[in-house]
Amino acid sequence: MGIHSITVTVNGAKERLDVPSNMTLLQMLRDKLGLTGTKNGCSAGECGACTVLVDGEPVNSCLMLAVEADGRQVTTVEGLAHDDHLSALQEAIIEHNAVQCGFCTPGMLISAHALLERAPRPTEPQIREALVGNLCRCTGYLRIIEAVQTAAKKGGA
Amino acid sequence: MLARPALPSFDYVRANTPDEVVRLLQEHGQGARLLMGGTDLFVRMRDGVIRPQIVVDVKHLPGMRSIEYDEVTGLTVGAAVTMNQLARHPQVQTHYPLLAEAANSVASYQVRNRATLGGNLCNASPAADTAPAVLVLEGRLVLHSSQGEREVAARDFFTGPGQTAMRENEFLKAVRLPPLPAVSAGKYLKLGRNKVGDLSIVGVAVFAFPDGTVPSGYVFRIGLASVAPVPLRAWEAEEVLATHSPGEESFALAAEKAMEAATPIDDVRASAAYRKAMVRALTRRVLGSVWEVLE
Ligand SMILES: Cc1cc2nc3c(=O)[nH]c(=O)nc-3n(C[C@H](O)[C@H](O)[C@H](O)COP(=O)(O)OP(=O)(O)OC[C@H]3O[C@@H](n4cnc5c(N)ncnc54)[C@H](O)[C@@H]3O)c2cc1C
Ligand code: FES
Ligand code: FES
Repeated sequence: MGIHSITVTVNGAKERLDVPSNMTLLQMLRDKLGLTGTKNGCSAGECGACTVLVDGEPVNSCLMLAVEADGRQVTTVEGLAHDDHLSALQEAIIEHNAVQCGFCTPGMLISAHALLERAPRPTEPQIREALVGNLCRCTGYLRIIEAVQTAAKKGGA
Repeated sequence: MLARPALPSFDYVRANTPDEVVRLLQEHGQGARLLMGGTDLFVRMRDGVIRPQIVVDVKHLPGMRSIEYDEVTGLTVGAAVTMNQLARHPQVQTHYPLLAEAANSVASYQVRNRATLGGNLCNASPAADTAPAVLVLEGRLVLHSSQGEREVAARDFFTGPGQTAMRENEFLKAVRLPPLPAVSAGKYLKLGRNKVGDLSIVGVAVFAFPDGTVPSGYVFRIGLASVAPVPLRAWEAEEVLATHSPGEESFALAAEKAMEAATPIDDVRASAAYRKAMVRALTRRVLGSVWEVLE
Protein backbone atom coordinates (compact mmCIF):
# COMPACT_ATOMS: atom_id res chain seq x y z
CA MET A 1 0.00 0.00 0.00
CA GLY A 2 1.23 3.50 -0.83
CA ILE A 3 2.81 5.75 1.77
CA HIS A 4 2.54 9.47 1.13
CA SER A 5 4.71 12.25 2.48
CA ILE A 6 2.43 15.14 3.28
CA THR A 7 2.76 18.60 4.78
CA VAL A 8 -0.22 19.75 6.75
CA THR A 9 -0.70 22.66 9.11
CA VAL A 10 -2.51 21.54 12.25
CA ASN A 11 -3.61 24.22 14.71
CA GLY A 12 -1.03 26.55 13.24
CA ALA A 13 1.93 24.14 13.39
CA LYS A 14 3.39 22.72 10.21
CA GLU A 15 3.67 18.93 10.29
CA ARG A 16 5.56 16.68 7.86
CA LEU A 17 4.10 13.22 8.03
CA ASP A 18 4.23 9.88 6.23
CA VAL A 19 0.73 8.49 5.97
CA PRO A 20 -0.57 5.27 4.39
CA SER A 21 -3.25 5.62 1.70
CA ASN A 22 -6.05 4.25 3.86
CA MET A 23 -5.37 6.43 6.91
CA THR A 24 -8.20 8.84 7.59
CA LEU A 25 -7.62 12.40 8.71
CA LEU A 26 -9.24 11.36 11.99
CA GLN A 27 -6.70 8.56 12.53
CA MET A 28 -3.87 10.90 11.62
CA LEU A 29 -4.98 13.47 14.19
CA ARG A 30 -5.58 10.98 16.99
CA ASP A 31 -2.96 8.30 16.40
CA LYS A 32 -0.10 10.19 14.70
CA LEU A 33 -0.40 13.58 16.39
CA GLY A 34 -2.00 12.56 19.69
CA LEU A 35 -4.78 15.10 19.26
CA THR A 36 -7.44 13.00 20.91
CA GLY A 37 -9.94 15.83 21.34
CA THR A 38 -11.45 14.85 18.01
CA LYS A 39 -13.60 11.75 18.57
CA ASN A 40 -14.54 8.67 16.58
CA GLY A 41 -18.24 8.02 17.06
CA CYS A 42 -19.48 6.23 13.96
CA SER A 43 -16.80 6.45 11.25
CA ALA A 44 -19.62 6.97 8.77
CA GLY A 45 -20.37 10.69 8.60
CA GLU A 46 -23.42 10.52 10.81
CA CYS A 47 -22.51 11.65 14.33
CA GLY A 48 -20.19 14.60 13.75
CA ALA A 49 -17.92 13.75 16.71
CA CYS A 50 -14.97 13.80 14.30
CA THR A 51 -15.72 17.26 12.86
CA VAL A 52 -12.64 19.44 12.23
CA LEU A 53 -12.00 22.51 10.12
CA VAL A 54 -10.14 22.09 6.85
CA ASP A 55 -9.21 25.47 5.39
CA GLY A 56 -11.79 26.97 7.72
CA GLU A 57 -14.73 24.75 6.75
CA PRO A 58 -16.05 21.89 8.89
CA VAL A 59 -15.76 18.36 7.51
CA ASN A 60 -16.16 14.85 8.92
CA SER A 61 -12.55 13.74 9.42
CA CYS A 62 -13.64 10.07 9.45
CA LEU A 63 -14.61 10.37 5.76
CA MET A 64 -11.51 12.20 4.56
CA LEU A 65 -8.09 10.67 3.94
CA ALA A 66 -5.01 12.06 5.65
CA VAL A 67 -3.33 12.28 2.24
CA GLU A 68 -6.16 14.54 1.07
CA ALA A 69 -5.14 17.03 3.76
CA ASP A 70 -1.76 17.58 2.09
CA GLY A 71 -1.11 21.31 1.88
CA ARG A 72 -4.20 22.23 3.87
CA GLN A 73 -4.86 23.97 7.19
CA VAL A 74 -6.56 21.81 9.79
CA THR A 75 -8.06 23.11 13.04
CA THR A 76 -9.17 20.76 15.78
CA VAL A 77 -10.85 21.50 19.10
CA GLU A 78 -7.36 21.83 20.61
CA GLY A 79 -6.85 24.82 18.33
CA LEU A 80 -9.85 26.84 19.51
CA ALA A 81 -8.28 28.17 22.72
CA HIS A 82 -5.51 30.74 22.45
CA ASP A 83 -2.78 31.56 24.99
CA ASP A 84 -4.54 29.44 27.60
CA HIS A 85 -7.76 31.39 27.09
CA LEU A 86 -10.84 29.46 26.08
CA SER A 87 -12.83 30.92 23.20
CA ALA A 88 -16.08 32.79 23.89
CA LEU A 89 -17.92 29.74 22.58
CA GLN A 90 -16.06 27.35 24.88
CA GLU A 91 -16.79 29.63 27.85
CA ALA A 92 -20.45 29.73 26.89
CA ILE A 93 -20.65 25.93 26.68
CA ILE A 94 -19.34 25.72 30.25
CA GLU A 95 -21.59 28.53 31.48
CA HIS A 96 -24.70 26.82 30.10
CA ASN A 97 -23.73 23.37 31.36
CA ALA A 98 -23.97 22.23 27.77
CA VAL A 99 -21.68 19.24 28.40
CA GLN A 100 -22.41 15.94 30.06
CA CYS A 101 -20.20 13.08 28.88
CA GLY A 102 -18.48 15.49 26.51
CA PHE A 103 -18.09 13.05 23.64
CA CYS A 104 -19.97 15.23 21.18
CA THR A 105 -18.54 18.50 22.48
CA PRO A 106 -15.39 18.83 20.32
CA GLY A 107 -17.42 18.31 17.14
CA MET A 108 -20.18 20.61 18.37
CA LEU A 109 -17.62 23.31 19.13
CA ILE A 110 -16.08 23.04 15.70
CA SER A 111 -19.44 23.16 13.88
CA ALA A 112 -20.68 26.05 16.02
CA HIS A 113 -17.38 27.90 15.64
CA ALA A 114 -17.66 27.62 11.85
CA LEU A 115 -21.26 28.84 12.00
CA LEU A 116 -20.29 31.93 13.99
CA GLU A 117 -17.51 32.64 11.52
CA ARG A 118 -19.92 32.66 8.58
CA ALA A 119 -22.97 34.07 10.40
CA PRO A 120 -21.93 36.04 13.50
CA ARG A 121 -25.55 36.57 14.63
CA PRO A 122 -27.29 33.32 13.71
CA THR A 123 -31.00 32.78 14.22
CA GLU A 124 -32.12 29.76 16.20
CA PRO A 125 -33.14 27.83 13.05
CA GLN A 126 -29.70 28.62 11.60
CA ILE A 127 -28.05 27.20 14.70
CA ARG A 128 -30.18 24.07 14.61
CA GLU A 129 -29.45 23.56 10.95
CA ALA A 130 -25.71 24.07 11.40
CA LEU A 131 -25.65 21.43 14.15
CA VAL A 132 -27.78 18.82 12.37
CA GLY A 133 -24.69 16.75 11.69
CA ASN A 134 -23.63 16.70 15.35
CA LEU A 135 -25.47 14.22 17.50
CA CYS A 136 -25.56 14.51 21.29
CA ARG A 137 -26.84 11.56 23.29
CA CYS A 138 -26.99 13.15 26.72
CA THR A 139 -27.08 16.93 27.17
CA GLY A 140 -30.03 17.54 24.94
CA TYR A 141 -29.65 20.21 22.36
CA LEU A 142 -31.30 23.17 24.06
CA ARG A 143 -28.38 24.11 26.29
CA ILE A 144 -26.01 23.79 23.37
CA ILE A 145 -28.16 26.10 21.27
CA GLU A 146 -28.36 28.59 24.13
CA ALA A 147 -24.60 28.50 24.51
CA VAL A 148 -24.13 29.33 20.83
CA GLN A 149 -26.57 32.25 21.22
CA THR A 150 -24.65 33.53 24.23
CA ALA A 151 -21.34 33.27 22.39
CA ALA A 152 -22.85 35.18 19.46
CA LYS A 153 -23.98 37.96 21.81
CA LYS A 154 -20.51 38.16 23.29
CA GLY A 155 -18.99 38.78 19.93
CA GLY A 156 -18.62 35.50 18.15
CA ALA A 157 -16.54 32.38 17.95
CA MET B 1 -24.13 3.54 17.42
CA LEU B 2 -21.04 1.41 16.71
CA ALA B 3 -18.14 2.83 14.79
CA ARG B 4 -17.51 1.20 11.43
CA PRO B 5 -14.27 -0.74 10.90
CA ALA B 6 -11.20 1.05 9.53
CA LEU B 7 -10.76 1.40 5.80
CA PRO B 8 -9.26 -1.70 4.17
CA SER B 9 -5.94 -1.16 2.42
CA PHE B 10 -5.73 0.39 -1.05
CA ASP B 11 -3.46 2.69 -3.02
CA TYR B 12 -4.45 6.32 -3.29
CA VAL B 13 -3.63 8.12 -6.53
CA ARG B 14 -4.32 11.77 -7.20
CA ALA B 15 -5.10 12.11 -10.89
CA ASN B 16 -3.90 15.22 -12.71
CA THR B 17 -5.24 14.61 -16.21
CA PRO B 18 -8.36 12.97 -17.65
CA ASP B 19 -6.15 10.60 -19.67
CA GLU B 20 -4.53 9.37 -16.48
CA VAL B 21 -7.97 8.51 -15.08
CA VAL B 22 -8.95 6.61 -18.21
CA ARG B 23 -5.65 4.72 -18.21
CA LEU B 24 -6.05 3.70 -14.55
CA LEU B 25 -9.63 2.59 -15.18
CA GLN B 26 -8.51 0.51 -18.17
CA GLU B 27 -5.63 -0.99 -16.23
CA HIS B 28 -7.52 -1.87 -13.04
CA GLY B 29 -11.12 -2.35 -14.18
CA GLN B 30 -13.39 -3.03 -11.21
CA GLY B 31 -10.35 -2.82 -8.91
CA ALA B 32 -10.26 0.95 -9.34
CA ARG B 33 -12.73 3.36 -7.77
CA LEU B 34 -13.00 7.07 -8.35
CA LEU B 35 -13.04 9.42 -5.39
CA MET B 36 -14.57 12.86 -5.03
CA GLY B 37 -15.95 13.64 -1.57
CA GLY B 38 -15.82 10.03 -0.40
CA THR B 39 -19.08 10.36 1.54
CA ASP B 40 -20.56 7.40 -0.29
CA LEU B 41 -17.38 5.62 -1.33
CA PHE B 42 -15.70 5.40 2.09
CA VAL B 43 -18.89 4.34 3.85
CA ARG B 44 -19.31 1.50 1.34
CA MET B 45 -15.65 0.51 1.69
CA ARG B 46 -15.89 0.43 5.47
CA ASP B 47 -19.02 -1.69 5.21
CA GLY B 48 -17.08 -4.10 3.00
CA VAL B 49 -19.50 -3.69 0.07
CA ILE B 50 -16.60 -2.83 -2.24
CA ARG B 51 -12.86 -3.38 -1.89
CA PRO B 52 -10.94 -1.46 -4.51
CA GLN B 53 -7.15 -1.91 -4.84
CA ILE B 54 -6.79 1.63 -6.04
CA VAL B 55 -8.69 4.80 -5.25
CA VAL B 56 -8.29 7.53 -7.86
CA ASP B 57 -8.93 11.06 -6.62
CA VAL B 58 -10.48 12.91 -9.55
CA LYS B 59 -11.57 16.14 -7.89
CA HIS B 60 -8.39 18.02 -8.76
CA LEU B 61 -8.69 17.54 -12.52
CA PRO B 62 -9.03 20.83 -14.42
CA GLY B 63 -12.57 22.22 -14.33
CA MET B 64 -13.93 19.67 -11.88
CA ARG B 65 -14.58 22.28 -9.18
CA SER B 66 -15.82 25.17 -11.30
CA ILE B 67 -19.28 26.56 -11.94
CA GLU B 68 -19.88 28.49 -15.15
CA TYR B 69 -23.01 30.30 -16.21
CA ASP B 70 -23.83 31.69 -19.62
CA GLU B 71 -27.22 33.07 -20.72
CA VAL B 72 -27.06 31.23 -24.01
CA THR B 73 -25.53 27.89 -23.07
CA GLY B 74 -26.77 27.64 -19.49
CA LEU B 75 -25.01 26.27 -16.44
CA THR B 76 -22.01 23.95 -16.36
CA VAL B 77 -21.18 22.46 -12.99
CA GLY B 78 -17.92 20.54 -12.59
CA ALA B 79 -18.61 17.06 -11.26
CA ALA B 80 -16.61 17.70 -8.06
CA VAL B 81 -18.43 20.90 -7.08
CA THR B 82 -19.59 20.40 -3.50
CA MET B 83 -23.16 20.75 -2.32
CA ASN B 84 -22.31 23.83 -0.25
CA GLN B 85 -20.43 25.42 -3.14
CA LEU B 86 -23.47 24.88 -5.35
CA ALA B 87 -26.04 26.02 -2.78
CA ARG B 88 -24.31 29.34 -2.11
CA HIS B 89 -23.24 30.19 -5.65
CA PRO B 90 -24.96 33.50 -6.57
CA GLN B 91 -25.77 32.54 -10.17
CA VAL B 92 -27.06 29.15 -9.16
CA GLN B 93 -29.26 30.82 -6.54
CA THR B 94 -30.54 33.38 -9.05
CA HIS B 95 -31.04 31.22 -12.13
CA TYR B 96 -31.37 27.66 -10.79
CA PRO B 97 -32.78 28.04 -7.26
CA LEU B 98 -34.25 24.54 -7.48
CA LEU B 99 -30.76 23.07 -7.83
CA ALA B 100 -29.48 25.14 -4.90
CA GLU B 101 -32.43 23.99 -2.81
CA ALA B 102 -31.83 20.32 -3.67
CA ALA B 103 -28.09 20.58 -2.91
CA ASN B 104 -28.85 22.21 0.41
CA SER B 105 -31.21 19.38 1.37
CA VAL B 106 -28.42 16.79 1.40
CA ALA B 107 -27.19 15.49 4.77
CA SER B 108 -25.52 17.94 7.16
CA TYR B 109 -23.47 21.10 6.66
CA GLN B 110 -20.15 19.31 7.18
CA VAL B 111 -21.09 16.43 4.85
CA ARG B 112 -22.14 19.01 2.22
CA ASN B 113 -18.64 20.48 2.37
CA ARG B 114 -17.34 17.20 0.94
CA ALA B 115 -20.32 15.67 -0.88
CA THR B 116 -20.34 16.57 -4.57
CA LEU B 117 -23.03 16.90 -7.20
CA GLY B 118 -21.26 14.39 -9.43
CA GLY B 119 -20.80 11.89 -6.61
CA ASN B 120 -24.47 12.09 -5.77
CA LEU B 121 -25.43 11.31 -9.38
CA CYS B 122 -22.74 8.65 -10.03
CA ASN B 123 -23.59 6.84 -6.82
CA ALA B 124 -27.05 6.53 -8.39
CA SER B 125 -28.95 5.90 -5.20
CA PRO B 126 -32.71 6.03 -5.73
CA ALA B 127 -32.63 8.53 -2.84
CA ALA B 128 -30.11 10.91 -4.45
CA ASP B 129 -31.53 14.31 -3.57
CA THR B 130 -30.10 16.24 -6.50
CA ALA B 131 -31.37 13.71 -9.06
CA PRO B 132 -35.02 14.91 -9.24
CA ALA B 133 -33.83 18.51 -9.73
CA VAL B 134 -31.34 17.55 -12.44
CA LEU B 135 -34.06 15.44 -14.11
CA VAL B 136 -36.66 18.21 -14.23
CA LEU B 137 -34.10 20.83 -15.28
CA GLU B 138 -33.26 18.44 -18.16
CA GLY B 139 -29.61 18.19 -17.21
CA ARG B 140 -27.02 16.40 -19.31
CA LEU B 141 -24.05 14.51 -17.96
CA VAL B 142 -20.70 15.06 -19.65
CA LEU B 143 -18.80 11.75 -19.70
CA HIS B 144 -15.14 11.37 -20.59
CA SER B 145 -13.44 8.25 -21.97
CA SER B 146 -10.57 7.33 -24.31
CA GLN B 147 -12.97 8.10 -27.16
CA GLY B 148 -13.35 11.66 -25.93
CA GLU B 149 -16.48 13.21 -24.52
CA ARG B 150 -20.14 12.35 -24.87
CA GLU B 151 -23.27 13.68 -23.22
CA VAL B 152 -26.05 11.60 -21.73
CA ALA B 153 -29.40 13.09 -20.73
CA ALA B 154 -30.14 12.69 -17.03
CA ARG B 155 -33.31 10.79 -17.92
CA ASP B 156 -31.17 8.09 -19.61
CA PHE B 157 -28.42 8.07 -16.99
CA PHE B 158 -29.95 6.10 -14.12
CA THR B 159 -30.44 2.45 -15.02
CA GLY B 160 -30.88 0.74 -11.64
CA PRO B 161 -29.95 1.12 -7.97
CA GLY B 162 -26.25 2.08 -8.10
CA GLN B 163 -26.30 1.53 -11.88
CA THR B 164 -25.76 4.16 -14.56
CA ALA B 165 -25.28 4.45 -18.31
CA MET B 166 -21.56 5.14 -17.72
CA ARG B 167 -19.32 2.64 -19.50
CA GLU B 168 -16.44 0.83 -17.81
CA ASN B 169 -13.72 3.35 -18.49
CA GLU B 170 -15.82 6.46 -18.51
CA PHE B 171 -16.09 9.06 -15.80
CA LEU B 172 -18.24 12.09 -15.13
CA LYS B 173 -16.66 15.46 -15.79
CA ALA B 174 -19.54 17.89 -15.50
CA VAL B 175 -23.27 18.39 -15.44
CA ARG B 176 -24.84 20.79 -17.93
CA LEU B 177 -28.20 22.47 -17.46
CA PRO B 178 -29.83 24.31 -20.35
CA PRO B 179 -30.77 27.98 -19.92
CA LEU B 180 -34.19 28.43 -18.37
CA PRO B 181 -37.29 30.19 -19.71
CA ALA B 182 -37.69 33.83 -18.64
CA VAL B 183 -40.48 32.89 -16.25
CA SER B 184 -40.32 29.66 -14.31
CA ALA B 185 -40.73 28.22 -10.83
CA GLY B 186 -39.39 25.16 -9.09
CA LYS B 187 -39.45 23.48 -5.74
CA TYR B 188 -38.03 20.38 -4.07
CA LEU B 189 -39.91 18.86 -1.19
CA LYS B 190 -38.12 16.18 0.77
CA LEU B 191 -39.74 14.06 3.40
CA GLY B 192 -37.26 12.52 5.83
CA ARG B 193 -37.59 11.05 9.29
CA ASN B 194 -36.29 14.38 10.58
CA LYS B 195 -36.98 17.86 9.28
CA VAL B 196 -33.43 18.15 7.94
CA GLY B 197 -30.31 16.02 7.75
CA ASP B 198 -31.76 12.65 6.80
CA LEU B 199 -32.00 10.62 3.61
CA SER B 200 -35.33 11.13 1.91
CA ILE B 201 -38.28 8.80 2.38
CA VAL B 202 -39.81 10.52 -0.61
CA GLY B 203 -38.47 13.45 -2.62
CA VAL B 204 -40.50 15.40 -5.17
CA ALA B 205 -39.14 18.13 -7.45
CA VAL B 206 -41.40 20.21 -9.68
CA PHE B 207 -40.27 22.66 -12.32
CA ALA B 208 -42.84 24.62 -14.35
CA PHE B 209 -43.07 27.45 -16.86
CA PRO B 210 -45.60 29.00 -19.25
CA ASP B 211 -45.50 27.58 -22.81
CA GLY B 212 -47.95 28.63 -25.52
CA THR B 213 -47.35 25.47 -27.56
CA VAL B 214 -48.86 23.25 -24.86
CA PRO B 215 -52.68 22.86 -24.62
CA SER B 216 -52.81 23.85 -20.94
CA GLY B 217 -50.47 26.79 -21.53
CA TYR B 218 -47.94 25.43 -19.02
CA VAL B 219 -45.24 22.78 -18.86
CA PHE B 220 -44.92 21.01 -15.54
CA ARG B 221 -42.06 18.58 -14.98
CA ILE B 222 -42.09 16.24 -12.01
CA GLY B 223 -39.09 14.32 -10.66
CA LEU B 224 -39.26 11.71 -7.91
CA ALA B 225 -36.63 10.25 -5.55
CA SER B 226 -36.70 7.27 -3.18
CA VAL B 227 -39.82 5.74 -4.69
CA ALA B 228 -38.46 3.42 -7.39
CA PRO B 229 -35.20 1.60 -8.28
CA VAL B 230 -34.05 4.85 -9.94
CA PRO B 231 -34.85 8.55 -9.59
CA LEU B 232 -37.45 9.18 -12.29
CA ARG B 233 -39.78 11.58 -14.10
CA ALA B 234 -43.51 11.11 -13.60
CA TRP B 235 -44.31 11.30 -17.31
CA GLU B 236 -48.03 10.51 -17.13
CA ALA B 237 -48.56 13.07 -14.42
CA GLU B 238 -46.76 15.63 -16.58
CA GLU B 239 -49.02 14.69 -19.50
CA VAL B 240 -52.11 15.38 -17.38
CA LEU B 241 -50.85 18.88 -16.67
CA ALA B 242 -50.01 19.54 -20.31
CA THR B 243 -53.62 18.90 -21.26
CA HIS B 244 -55.61 20.12 -18.23
CA SER B 245 -55.49 23.69 -17.03
CA PRO B 246 -53.58 24.13 -13.78
CA GLY B 247 -55.62 24.04 -10.58
CA GLU B 248 -56.71 21.89 -7.66
CA GLU B 249 -58.44 19.34 -9.85
CA SER B 250 -55.65 18.71 -12.34
CA PHE B 251 -53.07 18.73 -9.52
CA ALA B 252 -55.01 16.00 -7.71
CA LEU B 253 -55.22 13.95 -10.88
CA ALA B 254 -51.52 14.44 -11.63
CA ALA B 255 -50.63 13.49 -8.05
CA GLU B 256 -52.60 10.26 -8.52
CA LYS B 257 -50.59 9.51 -11.69
CA ALA B 258 -47.32 10.29 -9.90
CA MET B 259 -48.29 7.81 -7.22
CA GLU B 260 -48.95 5.19 -9.89
CA ALA B 261 -45.50 5.82 -11.36
CA ALA B 262 -43.91 5.05 -7.98
CA THR B 263 -42.77 1.47 -7.32
CA PRO B 264 -41.18 1.83 -3.90
CA ILE B 265 -39.88 -0.80 -1.50
CA ASP B 266 -40.27 -1.32 2.24
CA ASP B 267 -37.11 -0.40 4.09
CA VAL B 268 -35.94 0.87 7.48
CA ARG B 269 -37.09 4.38 6.67
CA ALA B 270 -40.66 3.67 5.52
CA SER B 271 -43.05 1.11 4.09
CA ALA B 272 -43.87 1.00 0.39
CA ALA B 273 -47.53 1.80 1.06
CA TYR B 274 -46.63 4.88 3.09
CA ARG B 275 -44.21 6.02 0.42
CA LYS B 276 -46.87 5.73 -2.29
CA ALA B 277 -49.36 7.75 -0.26
CA MET B 278 -46.67 10.36 0.39
CA VAL B 279 -45.83 10.65 -3.31
CA ARG B 280 -49.44 11.65 -3.90
CA ALA B 281 -49.56 14.07 -0.97
CA LEU B 282 -46.21 15.70 -1.68
CA THR B 283 -46.74 15.97 -5.43
CA ARG B 284 -50.02 17.73 -4.86
CA ARG B 285 -48.45 20.07 -2.35
CA VAL B 286 -45.43 20.94 -4.52
CA LEU B 287 -47.59 21.52 -7.58
CA GLY B 288 -49.71 23.90 -5.51
CA SER B 289 -46.76 25.90 -4.24
CA VAL B 290 -45.07 26.10 -7.63
CA TRP B 291 -48.34 27.27 -9.17
CA GLU B 292 -48.67 29.98 -6.52
CA VAL B 293 -45.42 31.45 -7.77
CA LEU B 294 -46.35 31.21 -11.47
CA GLU B 295 -49.98 32.26 -11.29
C1 LIG C 1 -24.25 10.83 6.96
C2 LIG C 1 -24.61 10.91 5.50
C3 LIG C 1 -25.82 11.46 5.12
C4 LIG C 1 -26.18 11.52 3.78
N1 LIG C 1 -27.35 12.11 3.45
C5 LIG C 1 -27.69 12.22 2.15
C6 LIG C 1 -28.89 12.88 1.77
O1 LIG C 1 -29.63 13.41 2.60
N2 LIG C 1 -29.21 12.92 0.45
C7 LIG C 1 -28.41 12.37 -0.50
O2 LIG C 1 -28.75 12.45 -1.67
N3 LIG C 1 -27.26 11.75 -0.18
C8 LIG C 1 -26.88 11.66 1.12
N4 LIG C 1 -25.71 11.04 1.46
C9 LIG C 1 -24.90 10.39 0.41
C10 LIG C 1 -23.72 11.22 -0.15
O3 LIG C 1 -23.28 12.18 0.76
C11 LIG C 1 -24.06 11.90 -1.48
O4 LIG C 1 -24.53 10.95 -2.40
C12 LIG C 1 -22.85 12.65 -2.06
O5 LIG C 1 -23.30 13.61 -2.96
C13 LIG C 1 -21.84 11.77 -2.75
O6 LIG C 1 -20.81 12.58 -3.28
P1 LIG C 1 -19.27 12.31 -2.99
O7 LIG C 1 -18.51 13.37 -3.68
O8 LIG C 1 -19.01 12.14 -1.57
O9 LIG C 1 -19.11 10.93 -3.76
P2 LIG C 1 -18.00 9.78 -3.61
O10 LIG C 1 -18.27 8.99 -2.39
O11 LIG C 1 -16.64 10.34 -3.77
O12 LIG C 1 -18.39 8.93 -4.91
C14 LIG C 1 -19.66 8.34 -5.05
C15 LIG C 1 -19.61 7.24 -6.12
O13 LIG C 1 -19.37 7.76 -7.41
C16 LIG C 1 -18.15 7.25 -7.94
N5 LIG C 1 -17.49 8.40 -8.56
C17 LIG C 1 -16.89 9.44 -7.92
N6 LIG C 1 -16.47 10.34 -8.80
C18 LIG C 1 -16.82 9.90 -10.03
C19 LIG C 1 -16.69 10.44 -11.36
N7 LIG C 1 -16.11 11.63 -11.60
N8 LIG C 1 -17.17 9.71 -12.40
C20 LIG C 1 -17.77 8.51 -12.17
N9 LIG C 1 -17.93 7.96 -10.94
C21 LIG C 1 -17.47 8.66 -9.89
C22 LIG C 1 -17.39 6.71 -6.76
O14 LIG C 1 -16.50 5.70 -7.13
C23 LIG C 1 -18.52 6.21 -5.89
O15 LIG C 1 -18.97 4.97 -6.33
C24 LIG C 1 -25.31 10.98 2.79
C25 LIG C 1 -24.09 10.42 3.18
C26 LIG C 1 -23.73 10.38 4.51
C27 LIG C 1 -22.41 9.80 4.90
S1 FES D 1 -17.08 9.64 13.53
FE1 FES D 1 -17.17 10.89 11.80
S2 FES D 1 -19.23 11.42 11.72
FE2 FES D 1 -19.20 9.96 13.31
S1 FES E 1 -22.59 15.44 26.05
FE1 FES E 1 -22.64 13.31 25.81
S2 FES E 1 -23.02 13.09 23.70
FE2 FES E 1 -23.26 15.18 24.00
